[in-house]
Amino acid sequence: MIEVEHLTKSYGQARAVNDISFKVEKGEILGFLGPNGAGKTTTMRILTGYLPATGGTARIAGFDVFEDSMEVRKRIGYLPETPPLYPDMSVSDYLAFVARIKGVEAADLSKRVEEAMRMTNITDRKDWLIKKLSRGYKQRVGIAQAVVHNPDVVILDEPTVGLDPTQRNEVRNLIKGLAGEHTIILSTHILSEVETTCDRVIIINKGKISAIDTPDNLTKQLKGGERVKIVVRGEADGLRSALEDVEGAKAVEVESSDHDGALAATVDSELGVDLRGRIAAKVVGSGLELLELRSVSLSLEEIFMQLTTEEKPTEEKAAL
Amino acid sequence: MKGILAIFRRELNGYFVSPIAYIVIGAFLVAAGFVFSIILSSVMQYAMMAQAQAARSGAPPDIDVPMQVIRSFVGFVGTYVLPILMPMLTMGIYAEDRKRGTMEMLMTSPITEIQIVLGKYLASLTLFVVMLAPTLLYYVIVGAYSDPPLPWRIVGSGYLGLFLLGAVLLAIGAFISSLTENQIIAGVVTFVLFLTLLFIDLSVRDSSSSVAEVIKYLSILQHYQEFSQGVIDTTNIIFYLSGVMLGLFLTLRSLDSMRWRRA
Repeated sequence: MIEVEHLTKSYGQARAVNDISFKVEKGEILGFLGPNGAGKTTTMRILTGYLPATGGTARIAGFDVFEDSMEVRKRIGYLPETPPLYPDMSVSDYLAFVARIKGVEAADLSKRVEEAMRMTNITDRKDWLIKKLSRGYKQRVGIAQAVVHNPDVVILDEPTVGLDPTQRNEVRNLIKGLAGEHTIILSTHILSEVETTCDRVIIINKGKISAIDTPDNLTKQLKGGERVKIVVRGEADGLRSALEDVEGAKAVEVESSDHDGALAATVDSELGVDLRGRIAAKVVGSGLELLELRSVSLSLEEIFMQLTTEEKPTEEKAAL
Repeated sequence: MKGILAIFRRELNGYFVSPIAYIVIGAFLVAAGFVFSIILSSVMQYAMMAQAQAARSGAPPDIDVPMQVIRSFVGFVGTYVLPILMPMLTMGIYAEDRKRGTMEMLMTSPITEIQIVLGKYLASLTLFVVMLAPTLLYYVIVGAYSDPPLPWRIVGSGYLGLFLLGAVLLAIGAFISSLTENQIIAGVVTFVLFLTLLFIDLSVRDSSSSVAEVIKYLSILQHYQEFSQGVIDTTNIIFYLSGVMLGLFLTLRSLDSMRWRRA
């Protein structure tokens, strides 16, 4: 549904987005995770056709976001970081206006507006002026305007920012409810948010992709401890039992060989437990040929550190 | 067309749910009514003096009261009232959208920038007509007591002049509003620009040097003088329409540049 290839956006010398490539399948929820200024908003703005890219291509439903901007815009709903609301309009009038400029036919208009209000659970406020609404409701009206024309793709920039925990939960459930029918991209700088909402996560930092994976795998790498990756030549079952024997190994995964009989395997352990020496000894001791061994959690950990320290820079200064 | 209509309806509604339209229309009608009654009474006074003088000398009085009233009123409103009030109508047109973040929504919707610009412009023009229209009532009232009858043709051409002048001021004001997120800045800059145009115009009015002639030709305040005398000259209409086109074109460029600027 969404294909991004080597996307780059420069402002003078600075690169806000640097050679990003990824794909999103239909019905998937993809999360952009990264500190402020990482390039999340810029990437989203390029996808929505608001900003032109400096290099690379992005296609939504087969249409180039720059060449066929109008076709793309018909197929996306977009919630910018601040919900684009007219404070003096009522909720239903506002949604009807957005539906009109998004090209919804007059015959379907009231049906679409009702549907968007039902999905986002704001029907009880339909006649309220937007300026009278609470933050949580405003955010839901913002999501309603992004889905009012029933777009294929919904792009949400920090949909839960500034909400209290209850409202945040509501919005997350709402987003999960939208998936399946819609393909969703959302951005956040909260790690737990992608865990609960997204099918897949892109960690983006300083304009570059640091990692793409499922939240489960990522959190394992980020939080759950150490992970050692080894490449071995030998027999799979033997390798598995050898690794499971290693003291401190929590989970062992052996992947099938890619070529010339080499096996790739990962061994997870508690945080702070370094298994590399023990694994090496065990593998060699079992008569297998150890080709490669490295610890992989470190670089992601660094990113995670950055994600968290970015939030409280004053403390960091105090520590120095 | 549907896009223009949707923007137009929202913008026009936007004027009437905020106090700004009522304040501007109210202020305009108070000022216009006040000016009209002063002009009417002073022209009448002058006419009576002229008549008395004519009776003494035997020659007919050479004063056309309705024509004088229309000319003075249209001239005063165009020169002093519109340049002061129009910035209040235009200051928020784009600045508010940029500040609220709704501009980003409009520009990621499947409508062109031309549709956005035209929809907003037509809404401001409609509000201007709504503001101007009640003053036509003055002529209906005066016309009922006027002998010889009121020259409606001159009223018509004078108001066409006012409409065209207002149309240009709105287009310029909208452009300035598209340059900033702060509607106060937009309003003040527009106001200062209109005042500058007014002062330049006033300073060359009585001069006939070649520089003054060029400035007079370019001055948006000069061209409607002929309208208030009942002359509808295509040159003047084209002059104003070009001004409107220029303002709208610059606004389009300004919106386009938002996509290329650093956020």
